[in-house]
Amino acid sequence: MYIYILIISPFSYKLNEESLCEIIYKNFNVSTIIKEQKIDLSFSYDPVRNQYNSSKILYKLLEILPQDALSLIGLTDLDLFIPIFTYVFGEAQLDGKVGIVSIHRLKDELYGLPENPYKLQERMEKEIIHELGHNFGLFHCENYCVMRASNYMEEIDLKPPYLCKYCKEFIYEKIKKINRNIKG
Amino acid sequence: MRNIKILVVDDEKIVRESLYNWFSQEGYIVRTASDAYEALKILQEEVYHIVLVDIKMPRMDGLTLLKKIKEIDENLVVIIITAYPSVDSAVDALKHGAFDYLVKPIDPDQLNHIIRNAISQKMLIDENIRLKRELERVYEIEGIVGESLPIKEVIKLVKQVAPTDVPVLIIGESGTGKELVARAIHMMSKRKYFPFVAINIGALPEGLQESELFGHEKGAFTGAIYRRKGKIEIADGGTLFIDEVATMSIKTQIDLLRVLETKRFTRIGGNTEIEVDFRLICATNKDLEEEVKKGNFREDLFFRINVFPIKLPPLRERKSDIPLLVMHFIEKYNKKMNKNFKGVTDEAMEILQKYNWPGNVRELENAIERAMVVGKEPLITGEDLPIKFKEEVEEIGSLEEIEKKHILKVLKKTNWNISQASEILKIDRKTLYNKMKKYGIVKE
Repeated sequence: MYIYILIISPFSYKLNEESLCEIIYKNFNVSTIIKEQKIDLSFSYDPVRNQYNSSKILYKLLEILPQDALSLIGLTDLDLFIPIFTYVFGEAQLDGKVGIVSIHRLKDELYGLPENPYKLQERMEKEIIHELGHNFGLFHCENYCVMRASNYMEEIDLKPPYLCKYCKEFIYEKIKKINRNIKG
Repeated sequence: MRNIKILVVDDEKIVRESLYNWFSQEGYIVRTASDAYEALKILQEEVYHIVLVDIKMPRMDGLTLLKKIKEIDENLVVIIITAYPSVDSAVDALKHGAFDYLVKPIDPDQLNHIIRNAISQKMLIDENIRLKRELERVYEIEGIVGESLPIKEVIKLVKQVAPTDVPVLIIGESGTGKELVARAIHMMSKRKYFPFVAINIGALPEGLQESELFGHEKGAFTGAIYRRKGKIEIADGGTLFIDEVATMSIKTQIDLLRVLETKRFTRIGGNTEIEVDFRLICATNKDLEEEVKKGNFREDLFFRINVFPIKLPPLRERKSDIPLLVMHFIEKYNKKMNKNFKGVTDEAMEILQKYNWPGNVRELENAIERAMVVGKEPLITGEDLPIKFKEEVEEIGSLEEIEKKHILKVLKKTNWNISQASEILKIDRKTLYNKMKKYGIVKE
């Protein structure tokens, strides 16, 4: 079983795949497969808000979920929202299989700063791990932990790319249980 | 945070789902309702901490729902959300007790902050309610301990009179707990969150009674360096308890009567009339009617304060309550002294039961406190009690018992010399012999 990262093209950033796979493995002890695929997301577009409805995208991702996927996280350039909120960095099913992360608001240039690919990679990795955590059933965490809620970019920068020991413990137990179920 | 329950009320499914997912990821327990009627049903079945309500909903709008929720539980935190903001609806919502007013779409960070603030406020409210209940419980029980018929009658009267606003006259010997009964009445009344002000008029010299009660302006008399509020002014909104009211000077009685009639008074040396609203509870250990007859107490004031008399029984008339009171005081002083007394020995209880208790419950409390200081855990023994209790116990008995003991005492003192003993006892030798025979007294 694998964790899938699905780059939804067109995607403007050249991802450091090795770094991403490594950090995912360190947190979840599961190997990652990175794929790129062109998916038409126009069905989720809201012309009034000029944004894409992330909840609708999750349903689409469920349709294309590979059989050997423990979890699949979509990666997009598009600006995401859920109807009640002005924007979201990403969304994932709690205790589910799919999630989506947008790099649109993770870029320094959106806030009038010079491009910083290193920072962008770091933020993206944190958000992917965060949404994967939700997929595995983790709530937001109050500790110094990647599962800490972050609604502003500064908050993403402040949290570490790792799960705290309590969240890690929870994940190991969860993955052990999933593996037992698969074997049984 | 994990046990916080949030109810989302919105007719739009997508909004309900979004907020459900959002709050679930935060670890809150979330439930949704698609209209106001469903929400009210849920709130009647379960306790929630925070309710998010959309304004525009079919059948019943969010502001009407807010008013209905506040009727069910005025402390429930309600946050209003709307896609159609207006100053009128915002003012209306806040006026009717909404915690906040949010405009859709909501900034996720703003929602997080508001929910955290709402939880803090809810926790403070709940803690406040819990502490007030605790305080009420303490005052209700303290001092009115007992299961005897006389004390049950007192408790019944206290409960009966407390919610009304009528003046109460508590009559009882010193130490029967008059102030504690007054406090219990105050704590069970609607004035409980306002001050309870006690004044022992009997402890004040006549000249000071008025300035203590009414206060004084700066320079009103020699020594009045500052303006000072009197007990009546401090008790505004609450209860004024005047102990030993029978010792009040006639002049003060007249002034107090005027305050009771007009609900106004003037500080000594002042010109401005001050309005006051307080409940009066008086206490006395004297027969006030007798004092009226003697001309020591004004009849009109007596009628004013004697609207609802409560007579407190002396401890000697409710000795069956002594074991309960003893345990009550042991528990009280165990906490204060950090000790672990479990009770009293049978011998000590017998001494306590036989004593006459002229100082009533206060004397019993002092005796237990002292015994716990001098005694050793886990039980208070007869040794730990003051000697006078035991002396009185020895003296109590039938006349014949006391006579026998006394004769024996005199005989021992005279070394069994019958002539000397009869001389001391002021009876003739024959009578002494007869009494010795009667009581079976023989030389040891």
